[in-house]
Amino acid sequence: MTTSTTETPREAAGGSTRFPLVLGLDTFGDHEHDAADRPLSHAQTIRNIVEEGVLAEQVGVDFFGIGEHHTDDFPMPAADVVLAAIAARTKRIHVGSAVTVLSSDDPVRVFQRFSTLNAISNGRAEVILGRGSSIDSFPLFGYDLAHYEDLFEEKVNLFAELLKGGPITWQGNLRPSLNNQDVVPYTEAGPFPAWIGVGGSPQSVVRAAHYGFSLMLAIIGGSPARFRPFSRLFLQALEKFGREPLPIGVHSPGHVAETDEKALEEFWPRWLHIITKMSKIRGFAIPTPESFKFEVGPQGALFIGSPETVAQKIAANLRILGANRFDLKFGMPGLSPDSLLKNIELYGTKVVPRVRELLASHS
Amino acid sequence: MSGSLIASPVQRVAVLGAGHVGPVIARMALDAGFEVAIAASGSPENLELITQVVMPGVRARWAADAVATADMVVLAIPLHRFPALDPGLLAGKLVVDAMNYWAPADGVVPMFQDQELSSSEIVQRRLTLSTVIKALNQIAYQNLEDGRRPAGSPDRHAIGVAGDDSSAAKVVGEVIDRIGYDPILLASLSAGRVLQPGGPVFGAVLDRSKFERAIHTTAVQA
Repeated sequence: MTTSTTETPREAAGGSTRFPLVLGLDTFGDHEHDAADRPLSHAQTIRNIVEEGVLAEQVGVDFFGIGEHHTDDFPMPAADVVLAAIAARTKRIHVGSAVTVLSSDDPVRVFQRFSTLNAISNGRAEVILGRGSSIDSFPLFGYDLAHYEDLFEEKVNLFAELLKGGPITWQGNLRPSLNNQDVVPYTEAGPFPAWIGVGGSPQSVVRAAHYGFSLMLAIIGGSPARFRPFSRLFLQALEKFGREPLPIGVHSPGHVAETDEKALEEFWPRWLHIITKMSKIRGFAIPTPESFKFEVGPQGALFIGSPETVAQKIAANLRILGANRFDLKFGMPGLSPDSLLKNIELYGTKVVPRVRELLASHS
Repeated sequence: MSGSLIASPVQRVAVLGAGHVGPVIARMALDAGFEVAIAASGSPENLELITQVVMPGVRARWAADAVATADMVVLAIPLHRFPALDPGLLAGKLVVDAMNYWAPADGVVPMFQDQELSSSEIVQRRLTLSTVIKALNQIAYQNLEDGRRPAGSPDRHAIGVAGDDSSAAKVVGEVIDRIGYDPILLASLSAGRVLQPGGPVFGAVLDRSKFERAIHTTAVQA
């Protein structure tokens, strides 16, 4: 294997590990079923998610994220509205998108919505911007997938300008220009935290560094360790662009239950169902017990099991990746509210303290 | 078709595209001992930091320079960008098409809408002066590096190699073998349809016998 081991002084000094450890939860608005496996209404699912966010704060989770989706399996197109409801009922937990599909949204509106959320939550809002790995929002809002890369590049550029505050003057090709226009509400204490979600393209990593966004590595398949060079690339790119180090986070799917067996038993049929369905849309292979076993194992990207199993895997991967934040994408369409609440409770009361302990004892 | 111009083994590989897939293929080719260059749409300067950190040993170059000295060019650009690619750039070259077309996930690209042809046949029709082989498209990029095994390993995985020019396909098959996979040669670009999204082996990491069974089952059904 050819790998470079040369560390810059900044990396040797700790890179992103100088930032406080943040342990969060993400949902995609996964459509919930009742105990008898009957689908709940979209509306009930959304109300349940508000309760899940409130519970997340009570059990000690640092961040609650909601990812924009536009399908019956994930009926969550207006995540910021749901986040506002959670913000109004909580005091400490940070709330944010995971992700906002910026390519098919208007950066000015996204800024306004999250600046409003920041006001409601007293400065607890964050935004994670993404290109969108599922593309349902493009035809819905009339965007052309032929502009997939250009839309994101241009809108990230505009969003970075908006975060600076003050009247904005901006020109692009895919959105009307802005000429010394005021964008409200103003933030009270400078820009809210903004991240870019990256799936596996090194150019996206450099883009995040270029615009001064934090890096969220979305690791949903294969070995998390293969993202290690991306952490180094991010730190070196920040240095190249004359920026201070910024946090690095990891987002991966998983499920926590009392035992490994119970967690796997609850998750596998839901995972098989949804990935089989997505396979037909996206053309890829249906999961097998073997491929699932790999992803659940130490080299895979699914964080499923007892609190101890999941905590060990999170700590190991944060160390490998030099990251200071982990957001577990919990839930899966079809899981029951009881199973999800149990997952949140175990994550907050058992996994979070255990990860802190493991990382403290190691450093 | 006249006799193949592609017979000598590959030494220099050019990868076009530095998104999700390109860097993974470049790294694997480098590990296998090839001399590797990579190019994206712009200046190599933009790629220098990326190559240095993510694929040390790979050279960032302008596309034309990378292609000029390469024995094999891997196309790893988003497929919707392919219609804008100048076919002259690849004239006379052995081209490995690692791209995929799947409209439900990536949107409609009119050039590729012909259901009668595999996507690589459409690529070949446009690159009239190149020899196109379909390979490296079927295993997801996130599994490609972990899926490698040395020759002779009992659990070695397979990669399909489809082409109308059998000696060119053989040359690419040798590259696949050196990278760490069993090449499964398919007789034509048309037969390469089984490697496409929706096909029986797309996205699957299978050993030779399971791979062959999967594509054979489809052939019998079809």
